[in-house]
Amino acid sequence: MRAFLALLRRDLVLAARIGGSGGLGLVFFLMIVAVIPFALGPDLNLLSRIGPAILWIAALLSTLVGLDRLFQADEEDGSLDLLRLSGTPLEILVLAKATAHWLTTGLPLAVASPLFGLLLALEPAAMATSLVSLLVGTPALSFLGAIGAALTASLRRGGLILAILVLPFAIPVLIFGVAASDPAAEARAQALLFLGALTLIAGVVGTLAAAAALRSRE
Amino acid sequence: MLNRLANPGSFMRWSGPAMVPLALVTAATLAIGLYLALVVAPPDYQQGETVRIMFVHVPSAWLALFFYMVMAVAALGSLVWRHPMADVSQKAAAPIGAAFALVCLVTGSLWGKPMWGTYWVWDARLTSMLVLFLMYCGVIALWRTIDDPARAARAVSILTLVGVVNIPIIKFSVDWWFTLHQGASVLRLGGPSIHSSILVPLLVMALAATLLGTTLHLLGMRTEVLRRRVRRLELLRAERLEAPSEPVRPSARSEVSA
Repeated sequence: MRAFLALLRRDLVLAARIGGSGGLGLVFFLMIVAVIPFALGPDLNLLSRIGPAILWIAALLSTLVGLDRLFQADEEDGSLDLLRLSGTPLEILVLAKATAHWLTTGLPLAVASPLFGLLLALEPAAMATSLVSLLVGTPALSFLGAIGAALTASLRRGGLILAILVLPFAIPVLIFGVAASDPAAEARAQALLFLGALTLIAGVVGTLAAAAALRSRE
Repeated sequence: MLNRLANPGSFMRWSGPAMVPLALVTAATLAIGLYLALVVAPPDYQQGETVRIMFVHVPSAWLALFFYMVMAVAALGSLVWRHPMADVSQKAAAPIGAAFALVCLVTGSLWGKPMWGTYWVWDARLTSMLVLFLMYCGVIALWRTIDDPARAARAVSILTLVGVVNIPIIKFSVDWWFTLHQGASVLRLGGPSIHSSILVPLLVMALAATLLGTTLHLLGMRTEVLRRRVRRLELLRAERLEAPSEPVRPSARSEVSA
């Protein structure tokens, strides 16, 4: 537990001091939300109808950006090897890093989503449901992404292949996330429960698989 | 028994002579199956001659799933026993499975045009097969990016096994998504039962496709073993060129050696 907290704090401090995640991820999220109306046209009715979907796609893409550095930076400067030697289970490391990743990307996105929902003319009810679904669903994206990040940790240009590996696994999250964002859908509660289940499954599978992938590099 | 068959050296010895008979049996079964499917089987009263696409389409779908299972079993072999032939089998299975998935998608959309009036609908089954194809692409891409074969095998094994956990979830969620968004308005194959005049050619074609897949898989494995031997020889030669005075010790632990 102490190791987990120490790793978590280290990653959060790194994110805060170096930048590149957190604030920038939010700006990227805003960029996508701002760019899509240019492609679709400024029809507010259309935008408010597909607004939750836009928010989810933007969340998915901003999670992917920078994910390739999740383990790579530690791999390059050798701290990953030190952590392996320290006797701390790699699962703890993955759990801490994925949690830190979510705290610096998923959580800010979810919290800021009502603000960006204004740009998409979302109804207040849709804003609330989008916020809840993003809060529940984005951890799954971080944990699934950790698998891809661990698999591509030692590759020089892992960004593109990481996206190819991770996106198919993110499809269920996207499906239930968008369904849980629609306040009019009668299956909303059901979708939200499924989304929570997906997050829990991704938490377990992602942690174990990413730790195994980090171990398999030798 | 299995150990002896799976030793790379003896694998090369027994699989070499087995290739020609296997290929002949495959060709014969495929010829019989195609004859039954294209000539003997009656045209459907609703779909006409286009129903014959099914005899290629459905076996491809089965084989696409089958080869993912082959990859998953081999992935277990790679991770648990670190058996080099499991790595080889995994690597050879990926492009074959991807090809079957692609054949299934292409024949499906060619069939969909006359039947549904469009090449593509976001039907749950089509979407699942597309996702399967994308996952095959990811597996192949990962094989190609990591150059050390043993490390690549372990990384791909993890990806494949995560995929096995996720395939039912994806399948289920896509089904859920489809039923949520539109009713069951799309024409679906698979009425109450399939008449034997259709079923027999279908089963023969499925057998032929399985034989074809097995033949290609063995051939791919042989090629991969040879490729690894070449790689090993090149590495040894490079070592020798680098340090001519030192004796060359075979050191790479995971290469397939004859």
